[in-house]
Amino acid sequence: MTQATQAMAPLSPAAAPPRDARWRAIARTAFPFLVVGVLWEIVARAGIFHPRLFPSLEAVASQFVRLTVSGVLPHHAADTLLRLLVGFALAAAAGVAIGIVMGRSRLAEDVLLPPVSMAAPIPGIAYAPLFLLWFGPGSFSTVLLVGFVSAFPIVFNTWTGVKAVKEVWVRSAIAMGADDRRLFLKVVLPGALPYILTGLRLGLAQAWRVLVGVEMLAAVPWGLGWMIFGAREFLNTDVMLAGVVVIGAIGLALEKGVFQRLERYTVVRWGMMT
Amino acid sequence: MSASPGHGRSLRRGAIALALVAAAYELLARSGAFPPALLPTLPAVGRALWAGMVDGTLPGHAASTLYRVLAGMSLAVAAGVPLGILMGRFRAVESFILPLASALMPIPSLAWVPVFILWFGLGNGTAIGIVFYAALFPVLLNAWSGVRAVNPLWLRAAGAMGAGEAALFWKVIVPGAFPFLITGVRQAFLRAWIAVVGAEMLAASDWGLGWVIFDAKEFLRADVMLASLAVIGLIGFAFERLVFGTLERATVLRWGMVREGKG
Repeated sequence: MTQATQAMAPLSPAAAPPRDARWRAIARTAFPFLVVGVLWEIVARAGIFHPRLFPSLEAVASQFVRLTVSGVLPHHAADTLLRLLVGFALAAAAGVAIGIVMGRSRLAEDVLLPPVSMAAPIPGIAYAPLFLLWFGPGSFSTVLLVGFVSAFPIVFNTWTGVKAVKEVWVRSAIAMGADDRRLFLKVVLPGALPYILTGLRLGLAQAWRVLVGVEMLAAVPWGLGWMIFGAREFLNTDVMLAGVVVIGAIGLALEKGVFQRLERYTVVRWGMMT
Repeated sequence: MSASPGHGRSLRRGAIALALVAAAYELLARSGAFPPALLPTLPAVGRALWAGMVDGTLPGHAASTLYRVLAGMSLAVAAGVPLGILMGRFRAVESFILPLASALMPIPSLAWVPVFILWFGLGNGTAIGIVFYAALFPVLLNAWSGVRAVNPLWLRAAGAMGAGEAALFWKVIVPGAFPFLITGVRQAFLRAWIAVVGAEMLAASDWGLGWVIFDAKEFLRADVMLASLAVIGLIGFAFERLVFGTLERATVLRWGMVREGKG
């Protein structure tokens, strides 16, 4: 995404007055969507495919409005977000703690690294049936799985971050009389924070991807994943597409809204990154 | 990490840790606190793995999963690389494709499974489509950055030495962008591997490692699940290390584009 935004910037000609340039940039971004939208509409209305399978954009939009007004879509989205939040909070708490212990203690590193790196390369969704079998279908398994899967990037990044804290900083803090607690809070934690934030960001993205998939498998009563998967029974492609749009929008918002802001407030402010 | 004085000790501790984890699991499984169908002993998992290997089902499932991954990834490379190169060379293509790619990227590939099931039916079509979607963006974006990252000095030098448009493309741009292309394919494989397992669970055909795991849930065969999980992990790991590592050594390292890290 950062590559994309960087590339967008030079598209607006610098010489033009700012307001004009902004409109031109918006028009340029909107243009491809317009073309694709028109093509979609032509294919949908040409009657090549059945309208239930390939609905017009109008049908998708009206379905979206109907589901939003009736409160069904917000309910699905709220349940999904709640699961994401709880699962990710578990992963963040456990992942950062494990990562810090691994980074600070050689013994913990030696003991924890082999099992963690054996479990990490297996795709998260592959654990889903096992979790469903062990903890039963429903929200509990879903949250647990989301937490389990998104903990891996957090552990790895926190561990790397703690190990990357400059030895000089640690030694000078000790020389200046910092005790263990202050050493940790004032040196190790801020020093490792850029890595930890990267880990949290990757973890959240992973949590979101897994959650959508698991909701389809876990037979939860509400949730965006279930909504789009359940719509299959009734050939409601319009409901699916409306759901996919919401899922994409939430994914984008999580990435842009939550972590870039958090990064600005902490790491950039402390002068760790520019 | 390697070759440090504590390396031997780390290995020993790691092995002991794994043995302890296995022993703890075995104790828990044998204690009878949980039904053996849910928590099979390690020998039972081993037997399930062996039985699957001997009667040929497990290799068959692995083969159909790999077929889907390779088919989807080949399509993604065939579409993504040329498109990415065009994006890197022509501003108009870039400003058309980039907003679309940025809008589609945040959508998890599994969110498309229900839609693809309706469009392509259960089975190979959906799984290959999902793999294609998952693999396309890493390939596309890396090809694009790769072309943009080609040192302009090389382009000018080649031009000054009289290289034509075709020679410029094949002898300078493609090798120059190759490290990025390999990175792209590598990332694409990781994503595709995740996507294919999910797609196989949802778009139940009757072959594939994802399908086996999900199907085993119905029959409470946790041993089959754990055995298939091990196979999934192993294949992913093998591809990452062996296939891509070898590919990198055979091309990029040989051309001197990136240097091998020391130690």
